Amino acid sequence: MEVGQLQERFVDYTKSLFCEGFLDDQFLQLQQLQDESNPDFVVEVVSLFFEDSEKLLNDLTKTLDQQFVDYKRVDAQVHQLKGSSSSIGAQRVKNACIGFRNFCEEQNIEGCLRCLHQVKQEYSLVKNKLQTLFRLEQQIVAAGGAIPMVE
Amino acid sequence: MASSSSSSSSSKGLDEEERPHVLAVDDSLVDRKLIERLLTNCACKVTTAENGQRALEFLGLGDGQHTVDNSDLKVNLIITDYCMPGMTGYELLKKVKESSNLREIPVVIVSSENVPTRINKCLEEGAQEFMLKPLKQSDVKKLRYYMMRLGQPCNGMLCMGR
Repeated sequence: MEVGQLQERFVDYTKSLFCEGFLDDQFLQLQQLQDESNPDFVVEVVSLFFEDSEKLLNDLTKTLDQQFVDYKRVDAQVHQLKGSSSSIGAQRVKNACIGFRNFCEEQNIEGCLRCLHQVKQEYSLVKNKLQTLFRLEQQIVAAGGAIPMVE
Repeated sequence: MASSSSSSSSSKGLDEEERPHVLAVDDSLVDRKLIERLLTNCACKVTTAENGQRALEFLGLGDGQHTVDNSDLKVNLIITDYCMPGMTGYELLKKVKESSNLREIPVVIVSSENVPTRINKCLEEGAQEFMLKPLKQSDVKKLRYYMMRLGQPCNGMLCMGR
């Protein structure tokens, strides 16, 4: 596929991620911080987010599986996940975390388990989409093109 | 460990000595990376710390350390997250303001939560500013501007609304 088509695909894909609410303005902030001296900034931050989130989600699963659930701990972990997803612009993950914290406060185990499931789903979706986006970028660069800025 | 970074490519005409030195404290690795980039993009030198204890050690206020004069460290600004396990940003702020050597360093508190009582508490304890996360380039640019202006200790409080 030639560069122009790849670039167009990239722009369309990026726009769809914003339209569908997977990403918000904060992601644009990240992209704007990437330049020739920091060419992999977005991938680096997002990779940290993936590592961090996977640890948190595993931990949350364990914490909610205990006989006596430590809701303070659950809340702290969801707060962390909400923070990091907000920082990279992963809007739907962030929103799923907001609901989750309400159930923590109520110490509602059913609600918490439902939310955990939802957060995991949203995380999985956004991870998939971001990886697709990065692959598209790599293809553009491999074909000798520049990555277009999407407004 | 506190870690320092300096990016010569974003020095924007200022040499190593002239760039303001910011100590950024946050328990989130994602947020540390983000704040570091935002600050270096504004021609600042950045040292990051993952918690209040490490930050205090860097500032020479750790347990068992003799106090260090800030003229050696030259920290021009401290940015700290509010919610951190162990020592909160508020507790870190208090420790800095209690130190005769370090109290002049402006401290900015950042938080993802907009809680008026929290904000007031921090401002009353001497925080220069309270900002909401996630931080954007425009937030950091404003801080940079004030750092240039704050050559002398400032008694007034700065209000930077969005």
